[in-house]
Amino acid sequence: MTETISGTGTSAATRPVVPVLEAHGLVKRYGNVTAINGADFELHPAEVLAVIGDNGAGKSSLIKVLAGAVVPDSGELRMDGQPVSFRTTRDARAHGIETVYQDLAVIPALDIASNVYLGREIRRKGFMGSVLRRLDMPAMRKDSADHLADLRIGIKSVSQAVETLSGGQRQGVAVVRSATFGRRVIIMDEPTAALGVRESGQVVDLIKQLRDRGLPVVLISHDMPHVFEVADRIHVHRLGQRAAVVRPSERTMSEVVALMTGATEPTERERAGGS
Amino acid sequence: MTGTPTAQRMAEAPPARRVTLAGVLRQPLLGPLAALIIAIVVFSIITDSFLRPQNLSLILQQSVVIGILAVGQTLIILTGGIDLSIGAVAVLGTIVMARTNDASGSFLALLVVLVLCALIGAVNGGLVTSLRLPPFIVTLGTFTILYATTQLVAGSATYQVPDGPLTVLGETFRIGGFVTTYGVVAMVLVYAVAWYALSQTAGGKHVYAVGGSPEAARLSGIRSNRVLMSVYVLTGVIAAIAAWAALGRIPNADPNAYQNANLETITAVVIGGTSLFGGRGSVLGTLVGTLIVGVLRNGLTQAGVDNLYQNIATGVLVIAAVALDQLARRRNR
Repeated sequence: MTETISGTGTSAATRPVVPVLEAHGLVKRYGNVTAINGADFELHPAEVLAVIGDNGAGKSSLIKVLAGAVVPDSGELRMDGQPVSFRTTRDARAHGIETVYQDLAVIPALDIASNVYLGREIRRKGFMGSVLRRLDMPAMRKDSADHLADLRIGIKSVSQAVETLSGGQRQGVAVVRSATFGRRVIIMDEPTAALGVRESGQVVDLIKQLRDRGLPVVLISHDMPHVFEVADRIHVHRLGQRAAVVRPSERTMSEVVALMTGATEPTERERAGGS
Repeated sequence: MTGTPTAQRMAEAPPARRVTLAGVLRQPLLGPLAALIIAIVVFSIITDSFLRPQNLSLILQQSVVIGILAVGQTLIILTGGIDLSIGAVAVLGTIVMARTNDASGSFLALLVVLVLCALIGAVNGGLVTSLRLPPFIVTLGTFTILYATTQLVAGSATYQVPDGPLTVLGETFRIGGFVTTYGVVAMVLVYAVAWYALSQTAGGKHVYAVGGSPEAARLSGIRSNRVLMSVYVLTGVIAAIAAWAALGRIPNADPNAYQNANLETITAVVIGGTSLFGGRGSVLGTLVGTLIVGVLRNGLTQAGVDNLYQNIATGVLVIAAVALDQLARRRNR
């Protein structure tokens, strides 16, 4: 994993950085509907990039392309400047990109450790694992407990079923899951949409912790106060394109909302992608 | 700003552990086990014959065919489906087994039926996964087709099976004072293997995931169709084993036997605490559910209660089990 580059918010603006993940000229059409109309995207190392946009602006489609869930009709994707292509979410994962979905994509009846390792289970060594396919539950429990502790999520036992947890804790499990396997990028699609005020606060804290550990986070959110609290840069999506990239220190919430709806025009620098 | 407040807030969140109704209901095996013990105690008191070793042995032997089939039914219900054809697959299996045995010997008979039943499972699974049809409709259709096919293959006759490899599961042996059959051993083995696969392997976790939350399973990179296909094929294999056990129990393949087997397996699964909504339950629960039905039927017979009242008792039990499941789900939401 890359070493922590926390607090680079200002220096990143002054010297050129190679984006961890970038996209240029993405197009995706569904029949007559153009969901993505030549969109660009840039995620810098160790930053929280918020992606905002009105309903139907095409931000979900953009995120799905980045997560490998949708294959674009044209356009290019790069990681660390190198071209990549994702045909499935598995491809994106193989590149270290993990996604946390808004609808709490965990299995309620399974325990926490099984959820964290779902689809990537660890088997025992030797005959028990290779022939009898036995899972190494102790290892998975221990690792999950360690990762939960790393992110300071207080859960008594990783053997308890996810359905016994609060909404915030469930989202915590989903975040731990992505942080465990997301070596390069974490994408969070409306992670607080299903949560209450206090639980949303917990998730915002988790996002900051991920950034402080050097993992860049793409945060899709409608919640402007959260976006302004946690984002280093804000990608404003409008009519299937990137309309602007702004810094929360340079714009007010109402200005950003105006950019989002097209009521105001962005500056040249913002239109060009900020820095 | 970061860190410490999170830790404190998150640590506060879970409520203190108390024994609540919802908590008890979340221990899925507890209810069925209690019901089984109560039934055994009650029948031991009201009848003289119930607790005799040969009667207990009989209950186990009577439970073998439905018990084995119920394992397959559990797998399918765990994925959120239901299999109405499972009993009909086994009955067709017995007829084909008996006729192939007459023509080409018992080894081939077992092999042919194993492949046939696995193929029928694959057809069910293929229709469910590729055409996205509801399992209820798919298996209702295959049930009807299989029932007619069985009559055609049998030509409305029954087939006596000579003693040999096909009837070996009906042979008895003695442990201490307790006489039992190899069929009972086969049933226990099927349960043991299914328990291991479901609880100790990744494939088992994926069955729960696909049944409990299909969308989350997909987003987790689980190939749901592959999981579903394996479950339906395995259920076919289990039906073949049940067909073999059925010939051990009664060495006469009858196209009209086991007509209620489909519903009886669902009864055993549901009484055993597995949720009809998928993703929740266990084969151990199903074993207990099978035994509850077996004990209830046998005990009521011993007590001189009419067959029809036994059906009423079983029906009440099914509804009670599903009601408890619903209650548990509502508490969890």
